[in-house]
Amino acid sequence: MANDTVKNNKKPRLSRKERARREFIRSIALTAGVVGVAGLGYYPVAKGEINRLRPPGALDEEDFLASCIKCGQCVQVCPVEAIKLADIFDGFGIGAPYVDARAQACDFSCDGLQCVLACPTGSLTHELNYSHETRMGFARLSRPSKCLAVQGKGFKGLVRGAEFKGKLRFDEIDRWIPVPLAEHEFDLDSCDLCMRLCPIEIRRNQCDAGKPPSGDVNQCPPKQAIQLLEIDNSDGSVKMKPEVLEGCVGCGVCEMVCPVEPAAIVIDARAEATV
Amino acid sequence: MSYIKESLIQLFGGEIKKPAKEDIKPAAQKIHFYKKANPVTKAYIEELHAAGHSNKWRNRRWLTLLFINLLFVLSYQLDIQLLEGALTASRFAGFHMADLNSALQVMLAFKEVVLNLIIGTTTVLIMWILLGGRAFCSWICPYHLLAEWAEALHVWLAKKKIIENKTFHRGTRSVFYVIFALLAIITGYTVFETISPTGILSRALIYGPSFALVWVGVLLLFEAFVSRRAWCRYVCPIGMTYGFVGLVSPLRVTYTPTDCAHEGDCRHVCLVPHVLNMTVKGRAKDVRVDAGADCTRCGLCVDLCPTDSLRFEFKMPGGKKSD
Repeated sequence: MANDTVKNNKKPRLSRKERARREFIRSIALTAGVVGVAGLGYYPVAKGEINRLRPPGALDEEDFLASCIKCGQCVQVCPVEAIKLADIFDGFGIGAPYVDARAQACDFSCDGLQCVLACPTGSLTHELNYSHETRMGFARLSRPSKCLAVQGKGFKGLVRGAEFKGKLRFDEIDRWIPVPLAEHEFDLDSCDLCMRLCPIEIRRNQCDAGKPPSGDVNQCPPKQAIQLLEIDNSDGSVKMKPEVLEGCVGCGVCEMVCPVEPAAIVIDARAEATV
Repeated sequence: MSYIKESLIQLFGGEIKKPAKEDIKPAAQKIHFYKKANPVTKAYIEELHAAGHSNKWRNRRWLTLLFINLLFVLSYQLDIQLLEGALTASRFAGFHMADLNSALQVMLAFKEVVLNLIIGTTTVLIMWILLGGRAFCSWICPYHLLAEWAEALHVWLAKKKIIENKTFHRGTRSVFYVIFALLAIITGYTVFETISPTGILSRALIYGPSFALVWVGVLLLFEAFVSRRAWCRYVCPIGMTYGFVGLVSPLRVTYTPTDCAHEGDCRHVCLVPHVLNMTVKGRAKDVRVDAGADCTRCGLCVDLCPTDSLRFEFKMPGGKKSD
């Protein structure tokens, strides 16, 4: 082998010392290169551009990213497949779970917070037992003038069109199988979808009717999440404005079901109650 | 004790020097003396290899690797729920499992440990003590399989003299190990996870392709055209972590010098040839020598060896020591 190399190589064979020197320099370059590429992952998190809606029970963003082992077990247990894993553009946040509420909100179909139970590292804190105890973010009426209720309009048809993939649980249809929104028509004189489909409000109504979710009164949210206030009825049509209340957990259902494009109501990830 | 010491030296990137004569057991000295007086001929070596060799262990290993990764995929995609999660952490039939290196990075970054993670880590630690430490690399890690194919291309190109293998100092991996540990502690992020091809590939297989696969592609191209098996040899801290586990594993590749022709083919196919240093003529200190903890138990050398000098062995604790 060694003889072949000498015969076929026009370059003179390097001394052992010189080869070691070059290997050492290459090794430093490799170290710098790989650590540099890994270090690029700091850019997205440092810039603060990554402002993801995290699954229920997520710790503070820094602790969340530190403790998340990027396994996706939360993804696997979610009945409405609301949880996705971030790609490499999230830098150090790669592989960490998030919810794109407009595409598929968390609707607490599972009642038991399956993602929290599935988390092996406590990134989604195990101190959480009920949906109303979470605070993923806080809803905000970001474009009041676009809101159908504010305009005094009703809504008829499919909330997001026939192509929309998102699902919601409708207890009255099937307790266990979520229904695609593309298969569920509405006919409302005054649009109240954000309140009507709010999982917290639905739970409160069930509790008021004496039928708490899973038959467990602990599932009853103590605080209201959203209400519609009459703002004007001077021209005959009743104009209502959604008001987000302290009980809002930021699950994103209101953002998902808002029929205007882009949504008039959005979730501010990790925001605290402003009321 | 010297097994652990020498394995550690190899894991950190040092070389084991040729043993002094007084360190070689008399029985091994006898073998070396005999071989010196009766050197093997080239014709004998060719005859040994004429029949070719089986790929028994490689095939078993590839099947296992594909089966385990497929089990992850099907558990989610077909909802059979047997092995949920990804390679970084999972549940097997409900029992927590956590990859040792991923768990370590999380512990260093987060500085708190929940019970589930302790359970998962301990389970996996015991499992890999029994199954041979770095066997994780060659029997489970999906990047290892792709890297083996990139390596085949590399070896072919090098043979045709189209490329020349650029080596790095093996100690580089220890430097990476310390750097990634420090980065996790200081920044509070699991920095290594960002570029870990093992995690990226495992998640891509289970949850669908990601742009992060481009990075895995870059690594494979680098290995195919520049440096043979660079990631596994010089960078990956996962291999280092499981290497430490291998220190106390009873499952090892064992070398018996008696019939060995010292042709060195085993070292040429090996990902970590330093663990086969004892197969160099005159190096074996005993009539049974175990490959160091850096060995990935891949079995390529076992498949290749025509004289059965390299074998898998499971040493029962308190069992008969080789003499």
